[in-house]
Amino acid sequence: MSSEVLEETIPGVDVVELKQQRRRTRTLRLFEPALVKQATAQSFVMLDPRVMARNPVMFLVEVGFVLTVAATIQSIVQSASTGLILYQTFLAILLLLTVLFANFAEALAEARGKAQAESLRKTRMDTPAFRLDDPSTRAGTIVPSTKLRSGDYVLIDAGQIVPADGEVVEGVASVDESAITGESAPVIREAGGDRSGVTGGTKVLSDWIVVQVTADPGQSFLDKMIALVEGASRQKTPNEIALTIVLAAFSIIFLIVTVTLEPMARYFSINLDVPTLIALLVCLIPTTIGALLAAIGIAGMDRALAANLIAKSGKAVEVAGDVDTLLLDKTGTITMGNRFATQFVPFAGLQPRDVARPAGLASLADQTPEGKSILDLARREWGFDGYTPQGSRFIEFTAQTRMSGVDLPDGTAIRKGAPDTIAAYVESLGGTVPPNYRSTTVEIASKGATPLAVAENDRLLGLIKLEDVLKPGIRERFDRLRRMGMRVVMVTGDNPATAKAIATDAGVDDFIAQATPEAKLAYIRKEQRGGKLVAMMGDGTNDAPALAQADIGVAMNSGTQAAKEAGNMVDLDSDPTKLIEVVEIGKQLLMTRGALTTFSIANDLAKYFAVIPALFVDALPGLKVLDLMNLAEVGGPRSAILAAVIFNAIVIPMLIPVALRGVAYRPVGADALLRRNLLYYGLGGVVAPFIGIKLIDMLIDPLLRLIGM
Amino acid sequence: MDTFVDLLNPIFAFGLPIAASIPLGIWAARALDVPDERAGKGIDKIPTSLVALFAGKTPEKMNWKRYATSLLWFNLILFILSFLILLAQPFLPFNPDGKPALSGDLIYNTVCSFVTNTNLQHYSGEQHLSYFSQLAGVVWLQFVTPACGLAAMLATIRGLRGDDHLGDFYVDLFRSLIYLFLPCCLVVAIALAATGVPMTFAGSVKAAFPGMDEQTIARGPVAAEVAIKQLGTNGGGFFGPNSAHPFENPSPLSNMIEVCSIIVLPMASIVMLGIMLKARRHAVVIFGVMLSLVVAGAIVAIAFENRPNAAVAGLPVVAGPNLEGKEVRLGATASATWAAITTATSNGSVDAMHDSLNPLGGLVPMSLMMFNVAFSGIGAGFENMLVYIIVAVFLAGLMVGRTPEYLGKKVEAREVKYAMLALLIHPLLICVATAIFASTAWGKGTVANPGPHGFSEILYEFTSSAANNGSGFEGLSDNNVPWNVAAGIVLLLGRFPALILPLAIAGSLSKKQRVPTTSGTLRSDTPTFAGMLLGTVILVGALSFLPAVVLGPIADHVERSAAQAKPGDTKAPDAKPGDTKTPDAKPGDTKTPDAEPDDSKAPDAKKADSTDSNIKADVSNNTGANSTNITLTGVNKS
Repeated sequence: MSSEVLEETIPGVDVVELKQQRRRTRTLRLFEPALVKQATAQSFVMLDPRVMARNPVMFLVEVGFVLTVAATIQSIVQSASTGLILYQTFLAILLLLTVLFANFAEALAEARGKAQAESLRKTRMDTPAFRLDDPSTRAGTIVPSTKLRSGDYVLIDAGQIVPADGEVVEGVASVDESAITGESAPVIREAGGDRSGVTGGTKVLSDWIVVQVTADPGQSFLDKMIALVEGASRQKTPNEIALTIVLAAFSIIFLIVTVTLEPMARYFSINLDVPTLIALLVCLIPTTIGALLAAIGIAGMDRALAANLIAKSGKAVEVAGDVDTLLLDKTGTITMGNRFATQFVPFAGLQPRDVARPAGLASLADQTPEGKSILDLARREWGFDGYTPQGSRFIEFTAQTRMSGVDLPDGTAIRKGAPDTIAAYVESLGGTVPPNYRSTTVEIASKGATPLAVAENDRLLGLIKLEDVLKPGIRERFDRLRRMGMRVVMVTGDNPATAKAIATDAGVDDFIAQATPEAKLAYIRKEQRGGKLVAMMGDGTNDAPALAQADIGVAMNSGTQAAKEAGNMVDLDSDPTKLIEVVEIGKQLLMTRGALTTFSIANDLAKYFAVIPALFVDALPGLKVLDLMNLAEVGGPRSAILAAVIFNAIVIPMLIPVALRGVAYRPVGADALLRRNLLYYGLGGVVAPFIGIKLIDMLIDPLLRLIGM
Repeated sequence: MDTFVDLLNPIFAFGLPIAASIPLGIWAARALDVPDERAGKGIDKIPTSLVALFAGKTPEKMNWKRYATSLLWFNLILFILSFLILLAQPFLPFNPDGKPALSGDLIYNTVCSFVTNTNLQHYSGEQHLSYFSQLAGVVWLQFVTPACGLAAMLATIRGLRGDDHLGDFYVDLFRSLIYLFLPCCLVVAIALAATGVPMTFAGSVKAAFPGMDEQTIARGPVAAEVAIKQLGTNGGGFFGPNSAHPFENPSPLSNMIEVCSIIVLPMASIVMLGIMLKARRHAVVIFGVMLSLVVAGAIVAIAFENRPNAAVAGLPVVAGPNLEGKEVRLGATASATWAAITTATSNGSVDAMHDSLNPLGGLVPMSLMMFNVAFSGIGAGFENMLVYIIVAVFLAGLMVGRTPEYLGKKVEAREVKYAMLALLIHPLLICVATAIFASTAWGKGTVANPGPHGFSEILYEFTSSAANNGSGFEGLSDNNVPWNVAAGIVLLLGRFPALILPLAIAGSLSKKQRVPTTSGTLRSDTPTFAGMLLGTVILVGALSFLPAVVLGPIADHVERSAAQAKPGDTKAPDAKPGDTKTPDAKPGDTKTPDAEPDDSKAPDAKKADSTDSNIKADVSNNTGANSTNITLTGVNKS
């Protein structure tokens, strides 16, 4: 069966597409006007030195700004030339702008994260809840949901909103989780299984459930994630700390270079004024990455949220980029989860077509996915027209007969069912079972497929092969993962032979057959002993140890509370393929940091060529040859310095989109990826400011002349 | 100039050591990195029993802290011993010429200089040191200090390899001495003696020629000292003019032996690295990056030194290569090659005066010392490079979307912190010290030339000290208290943190679990990574030192070019009057008592080329005069 056909016929595919569409609409515009306004205001609030001190690079710029203001005031008091006062004023404004741009980037990322989270949190407005005094008596009182505490029991009836995160302890209900997952199909939530978790804000559609509340108000996963985005509880991740050290060290190097330049210049009897030196310093220290570092981290969380993933820490998202081994459940992740008819296997003397028609007839009234798939296969491949003679009687599947089928008006009885059942049925009618019957059924089963037998009266016609088919495109996805450097391990309850067959088909690197929670845990430990980072997804309580052991444990939102507690991420969509996205988000996060750091440092070369000749050209006229950009001379060297500082400032907002969207990840192997990023951000970082500073210089030169500087 | 014949020198100067470094590196890996089960057995019995004899201890299994403290203690003892030897010079044996004690600050500076494997000399060996001081104070340190560097490298590699211990410092020291430095020196010393380098304990000779004053010709155990001077990235010569002196370096053949000896062991240490780590391609990457820096430097220096000196522009002389401060018998190309190799490695011996290089030619030695990773000191070179590797791996690792890894170990905040600290020190020392001296009389009052060239002299001195190179730009009156003290501090701070911090990185990495390599792992053995590493070295170097370099050599160059464009401008000859400020009273090979001895690698050597000094003398005598009045004789192309 070709995969194109599968895509047409399998409803699951459309769901994926729908989800992506929904995510696209949920993804906010980069510069959403409301958020921009909010962020602009916030960037002034963040000028507070106590806030700025968190970011050493930008703090240095702020200090520079204060010093420049002081120098400007001094110039005014000493009634220096208008040109100097204007120049110093411009510098002060530009330095302030640099800090504000940095704050704006961080505030915008925060605002986007909050907006993202808010759209989720909106669902959990203050709803009335029926709190049970004692779960056994059903007696209770109506309280606002904010009064609920962890451990309380609430009764939720059809049509009511779930007031808080919790676990079903009694009852079964269908729940509409579209508010958080966007999935319109209701899901079943029931006590005592792996589908016992409910999320605040979702709606019970039918029946009733008793839920034990598991989170105090403001303590739910969503609340925690919102806090992470908001910065209050945001802690720097290990890579962020290391990068901050690198940036601080570069800042110190440039501080040394700039501070020592003044006495060095004195050797040549050149007096460098403080604001100019500050301008040089600010140009050199890695302000671009320093300004965007926080925003990049928050944006990673934003992207996770946009993918309906709730990360419990920023570190979790970052670590995801390092994952070496992915443990994926077979059912629902690698395969469609439902069995589909893929082949008719006739017995001696018959053609597949001879099996297809009776099988189709027997399945006409069968509403199960399996039945539909048999009908579909018969129609598509063997031209079954679905014609049923008048007076046909459909036989429903019952637990007693364990068969279904149709009795045609001409007396023909067609039955399909499990091979053993049909064999017994045929023999009871006096028919015989073909000699290769058993071996054929075993052969089909050994390939991971399920055989169904079809009989016409006392004659066994053949078998229907039902397979849990691979998701379309899954092989390509695994190839992509392999190119990212990851091993994919399939986890399945199947026997080893079946598991091996499916593993080969799907192209996974390894599999755990007859997987028990212990086997999973042992496998994860084995991988970790080899220095590998392991990611897995799980939902059941018995997955909890493995989720806790894995470096990245993604719990499905539909799963039990224990699973959600054990993992470090919760997937609101309960979509097992989400692991792949998690990894890409993590990688993007690191790449964006690396690329912008490289860009920021590479920029400095051009700034030197703009500023250094400007500083010394008066005393050492020959140094004009270093002015590669041939910057304007009218207005003296000040125009060149202003141009460099302006470039340094505006490159921050210009790179906000890169910081927030992230550098595109391509699974092309580390070496190719490095070459690509080095070309764009390394070489680009060297070249871009030469062009940018020249352009700015051409723009501001006439303006400066106009005001007589 | 026959270009091809001329270029044979650099071709051999690079080709021969590269070829020799492979067997030497293989041998070093075998003899110096002895696995625990072979330790103290077979040939390893000698070093271990010597350690037992001298230190009275059996080999330990040191961690990085223990190893580092052993290294520091040992160097402290070296420092004190050498200080005492130099202080007691008049009372010690082997002093046939009855040399007096040096001043306290000069002894301090000298000891700092030799303990740090730098050999920056503010004294002149043949004038100030007795044979005992030369051998016990200087040559002894010239053996053990490169061995200290190599020991630090051995321990670092073991850490990177993930060994459970880093070895024993003292055993490593003795292994290096016995199986690497001594045999190599023996071979080179004999070869040098065969080319005519003196090897004697007899005192200096008096020579009298009819119609001339009596001359004192210094000699001594020169061949032995020159061998270890070259092989051990030392550079401190027996004679003040170093390898420009005909007794240190009598012929083109001895010149070739010496220039190859400078770089062969630093190269071999990288080969050893590849074998010890079982990561040959990674070693090739490091070797390639280092080699490309020094080759590029040599090409630039050769190109600029084959241009005429701006000072002779407009003069009626044949425009040939810049031979000022060079030995005519060696020529511009060989001298420029040496200049690049000696500053790329932290050797610092010279066969031409770097002060007299054309400004951009002079930029080459300075830049190579600012990078300080192009092979650099034995052992110290890799220690320096490791810092850049960590920075490159960190940035590149992030750019491929993984927590950075080096040799399968995750590079995290702690390693980054040590690496950045090590990276900071070099610009800190050079920029701060240069700034202090450039802006005060300490520096301004001691330079021989005004303007950018004088600034270059200060910058060069501190760069050479911080890089533990030891070559001098000269022209500087640096034997005084401020210079001796400041350079001493820079020397010490340039040496020990640069050895210890990488050791700390390796110690920290050694405890980490090895991460398996996948296709998503950044590989450190590809051309891409080589490019990344080279780019990191150049970018960090350029960003740290560009302003200083602009004020020094680049300003010097543009001023002289401008002056060259306008002959007759008095500025032109002015660029060099400094050389003539120093009276011509001390030809390098005579022992003339001098109230203020100039640096060993001193302008004296320039006088070895009499033709050359004629030019300068004439130019300076006619400063401001119409240049056409100058008549020069004996000036010719090389």
